Amino acid sequence: MDTLNLTKSLNLSFIEQVSKESGQNPSLCYQCGNCTAGCPYTHFFDYPVSQIMRLLQTGQRDTILSSKAIWLCATCETCTTRCPCEIDVAMIMDTLRIIARRENKVSEKDVKLFYDSFLNSMKEHGRLFEVGTLLSYNLRSGNFFADADLGPKVLEKGKIHFLPRKIKGRDKVAKIFTRFQEKAKKHG
Amino acid sequence: MAEKEYAYYTGCSLEGTAVEYDMSMRQVFKALGVGIIEPEDWSCCGSTPAHTVDRVFAAALAARNLTIIEKMGTGIVTVPCPSCLSVLKRAHLGMTQDESFRNEVNELLDEPYEGGVVPKSTLQVMLEDVGLDAIASKVTHALPGLVVAPYYGCILTRPPEIAQFDDPENPVSMDKILEAVGVKVADYAFKLECCGAAFGVPKRDMVNRLTYRVLSMALEAGANCIAVACPLCQQNLDLRQGQVNSTMGSSFNLPILYFSQIVGLTYGLSPKELGMDKLVVSADDIVRSRITIEELAQREANAKAAEAEAKAAEKLKKAKAKEEDTKTEET
Amino acid sequence: MRVGVFICHCGSNIAGTVDVARAAAELRKVPGVAFATNYMYTCSEPGQDEIKQAIKRENLDRIVVAACSPRMHELTFRRTIEKAGLNRYFLEMANIREHISWVGLDKEANTIKAIETIKMAVAKVMQNKPLYSSSFKINKRVLVIGGGVAGMQAALDCGDGGLEVVLVEKSPSVGGMMARLDKTFPTIDCSICILGPKMVDVAQHDKIKLYAYSEIEDIKGYVGNYEVKIRKKATYVDWTKCTGCGLCMEKCPSKNSYDYFNFGVAPTKAINIPFPQAIPKKAKIDPDFCRQFTKGKCGVCAKICPTGAINYEMQDEIVTEEVGAIVVASGYGLIDMDKFPEYGGGRYPDVITGIQYERLLNASGPTEGHIVRPSDHTEPKTVVFVSCAGSRDKSLGIPYCSNFCCMYIAKQAILTKDHIPDSQSYVFYMDIRSPGKGYDEFTRRAQEDYGAKYVRGRVSRIYPKGKKLVVVGADTLLGTQVEVEADLVVLATAVTAAPGAAQLAEKLHISYDTFGFYVESHPKLRPVETNTSGVFLAGAAQGPKDIPASVGQGSAAAAKVLALFSKDMLESDPAVAKVNENTCVGCLKCKLTCPFGAIQEKELRGGKIVASVIETVCAGCGVCTSTCPCGAIQLSHFTDNQLLAEVNAICQK
Repeated sequence: MDTLNLTKSLNLSFIEQVSKESGQNPSLCYQCGNCTAGCPYTHFFDYPVSQIMRLLQTGQRDTILSSKAIWLCATCETCTTRCPCEIDVAMIMDTLRIIARRENKVSEKDVKLFYDSFLNSMKEHGRLFEVGTLLSYNLRSGNFFADADLGPKVLEKGKIHFLPRKIKGRDKVAKIFTRFQEKAKKHG
Repeated sequence: MAEKEYAYYTGCSLEGTAVEYDMSMRQVFKALGVGIIEPEDWSCCGSTPAHTVDRVFAAALAARNLTIIEKMGTGIVTVPCPSCLSVLKRAHLGMTQDESFRNEVNELLDEPYEGGVVPKSTLQVMLEDVGLDAIASKVTHALPGLVVAPYYGCILTRPPEIAQFDDPENPVSMDKILEAVGVKVADYAFKLECCGAAFGVPKRDMVNRLTYRVLSMALEAGANCIAVACPLCQQNLDLRQGQVNSTMGSSFNLPILYFSQIVGLTYGLSPKELGMDKLVVSADDIVRSRITIEELAQREANAKAAEAEAKAAEKLKKAKAKEEDTKTEET
Repeated sequence: MRVGVFICHCGSNIAGTVDVARAAAELRKVPGVAFATNYMYTCSEPGQDEIKQAIKRENLDRIVVAACSPRMHELTFRRTIEKAGLNRYFLEMANIREHISWVGLDKEANTIKAIETIKMAVAKVMQNKPLYSSSFKINKRVLVIGGGVAGMQAALDCGDGGLEVVLVEKSPSVGGMMARLDKTFPTIDCSICILGPKMVDVAQHDKIKLYAYSEIEDIKGYVGNYEVKIRKKATYVDWTKCTGCGLCMEKCPSKNSYDYFNFGVAPTKAINIPFPQAIPKKAKIDPDFCRQFTKGKCGVCAKICPTGAINYEMQDEIVTEEVGAIVVASGYGLIDMDKFPEYGGGRYPDVITGIQYERLLNASGPTEGHIVRPSDHTEPKTVVFVSCAGSRDKSLGIPYCSNFCCMYIAKQAILTKDHIPDSQSYVFYMDIRSPGKGYDEFTRRAQEDYGAKYVRGRVSRIYPKGKKLVVVGADTLLGTQVEVEADLVVLATAVTAAPGAAQLAEKLHISYDTFGFYVESHPKLRPVETNTSGVFLAGAAQGPKDIPASVGQGSAAAAKVLALFSKDMLESDPAVAKVNENTCVGCLKCKLTCPFGAIQEKELRGGKIVASVIETVCAGCGVCTSTCPCGAIQLSHFTDNQLLAEVNAICQK
């Protein structure tokens, strides 16, 4: 492992940005590891949650934003519920995802693609169109047969609608998307 | 008693893969005399994906629905899906506790949300508003032999500041409701362990490993069925149970029922209207085991009588043996 | 009138953010001020000399010292001017440190505020009247509250110093928490073997009067003369007759009584002697479990008692004792297990607390020193210790460290290996806190010689799996999640204030912090004094501390009492309320509001009823003066005229 040059890499403005956007103070963390201990995803993370918190305390912006961990967090809230320092850790993870997405630094492309497919379906129909979302995800991710094994099962149970249920107010939902995008553009 | 009416926010899953949750929930509410009205032209809450984009944006997608519900004037909206509930509550609490946040969100909406809606899970409405006595009073059938592991999932009670319901470490609301309808509940340690949530599609292996633990611990607790209150949990445990078996080399065959389906079965409702046939892992054995409470009483009485008879026979046998002994002694 | 003003720099404490030279120059312009100067450390010996010389040289008759809080040095400067021949009440202090320099960074604003504050003090001092204290006799008896190791030490030291001691203990025996411990760190001394003789000394000391199973009901009075009401709780056993033979305990049919001494590790009998070394060794009935009380019939103990000591009709009794000083050594409490639902606190029988584990280790404990699981009485092979169960946990409102858990966990890990050689201990910790003589070496021994595996990380949750308890934690040094399949889990539960600590503090008029621990007079220099004179602190009632620290404080508090009692008379503070009998209308509203009971009704010769202040009881709080509708009751040294002079000074433009 390379020596971490703290003089050069301690990014204070990143710490401030995350604190501001999440409303949480990372300095409160004393590295007890309770979040890592309770996290169901620790096995899948490249950095366990407590190390994400440590990386944040030491201002390691690039390492955090390009980590897989922030995209594999399912917001199960175990860390937040048990943090002895009352830090909303899940909120910090949420914030880090938002910043990573904003800065196009997403390391888990599939997860983001799935979320995008979901949101596109929502923007288009007003509600989630499950089949459409899955197909769109499969096409864009290149995992053409993701969950194809499940298809016959749900088909047989009559749970699949091949046409989306479009709501009347879908334009109103779409407007929320466009207003947000305009606002985001305006604020850079 | 005047019938109380609630707005009922179904959410997208309950129109598709979780249609049986919707069917059974509506039936149970009907049986309990709880009036529910579906908000007109509701839209998707935005769920987890919206939260990876922006907090104001995510709240706006949810708040569009809160605005619609606010106009209905029911005050409370009851929500079966914990993910929708959590998103609606986050939007509601954020907008009522922080004025500048409310203004930002309202800027994205056609019509502003003023903060007049209280979102509650269907579980909370049943436990707190209907009450255990009323829930128990409608029971006509029993499910002998059924041992349920109640599985709450992550966010029904967490984080406590948002959920404001039940215990964040050891929830008991579902346990209580199931016990009230006469079902045996296992002491299940994995009530809250995450099932993998929305990662089923992009990270299937991850979900399979997590659900494997949830399923094995239910068997360990002596359960032969898991009760859930979340469409995503149900999907991961039921629909993906086959995937778990093939990737983890297990052979689970554990029915995953919505708690409302179990309650419905004890109310004597037909399996069809409870959507029992929509489950992937068959619950036919459970349905077949159903008897009326009169039958159950008869069965229990029979068993008691048989036991008493056996005891008497045993006594007689012992007495006879003693008699024999004395006889032999005499001779 | 010639006022002298002395403005202190307090090093850079004041001079750093207040322009003291400018303040002195401004004050020189104030009418009545004959002299004003600034000095580096006014409280130092040359600083005080400067005041004395200036009084002579400049012919000063009133002095203002602008420096720190009067709490810190008012007494110092009163003595100084007294030595120079002035009445000690011709001194005023202007607090320009705590009130100004420490709280503001703007030097200009601070300087203006300081000048105004000093002007107020000048206005006040010009209105001051000479006051003289009277002296009163001291009752040289001392009350010690709490019979743990700190309280016993204080009682023994006072007794040995020739004082009569009244020792009040809430539970049926003295000994406190230490009597429950198995061994003590870092020497592995048997706890009761070193404490037992002290307990016997307490019982046999001719100067110590012990009230066991008793609580403080009420305290009245002031330093030198307290009147204490003590509630002797009903034991339903006449202790003058009870010989401690234990026959009643043997025969009692009610076997499921909660055992307070053993923290419920195992049940006890409804009539019991808490432990073999108990002092006094007397039996007591727990009416919550006794069949005579719960079912209305039984009477086995009454039949069996050879001395006829059982009395089911016994009532609480209130006795009164008079003392001159009080040592508070009321000990600590522990956080409830139910605060840890994620650890199954209270739900899983094999998750226990550190103090319960002490009882399992102890040869005179309910298992006679055999470590067994409460659930099935089997010997555990894997024992997990969880430190900081509640300590340093803001989410539970306990941000502080409980002080001694790291050490007792190391001890328990060592003892576990001694008792069960083929066992393995795991200790989950965040930091190892062992700053005492021989302490750090001791925690190293647990790891190096006894093989305890220390894992750096908190435990997130515990769940049962078959007969095992799965402990899920983190090893932050490895950066992983870890699991241990344990047979027994010991939680080092956080130290809290003793139950009822706040109520006792209110009876004593002493202050307590947010957590209920009693506040000392100064954290460094007056660690066993309180802000109420005559009341002293010892042991964990002031904050979590281990045995040597508690014993040290017990002795220190005793030394303070002995010093206080070395004089026969005490001087009273003349800054007390005074009634003007001409204007008093006898409404006696002041009597109702006085929190100290210092006001009496008095009939004058003509039959007129007026209020009258008992000077020694009055604490000078001033509540009566603001209650009085006709301004007839005035607090000396803080009269309406004196306070209004200050107000006028600050309102001038």
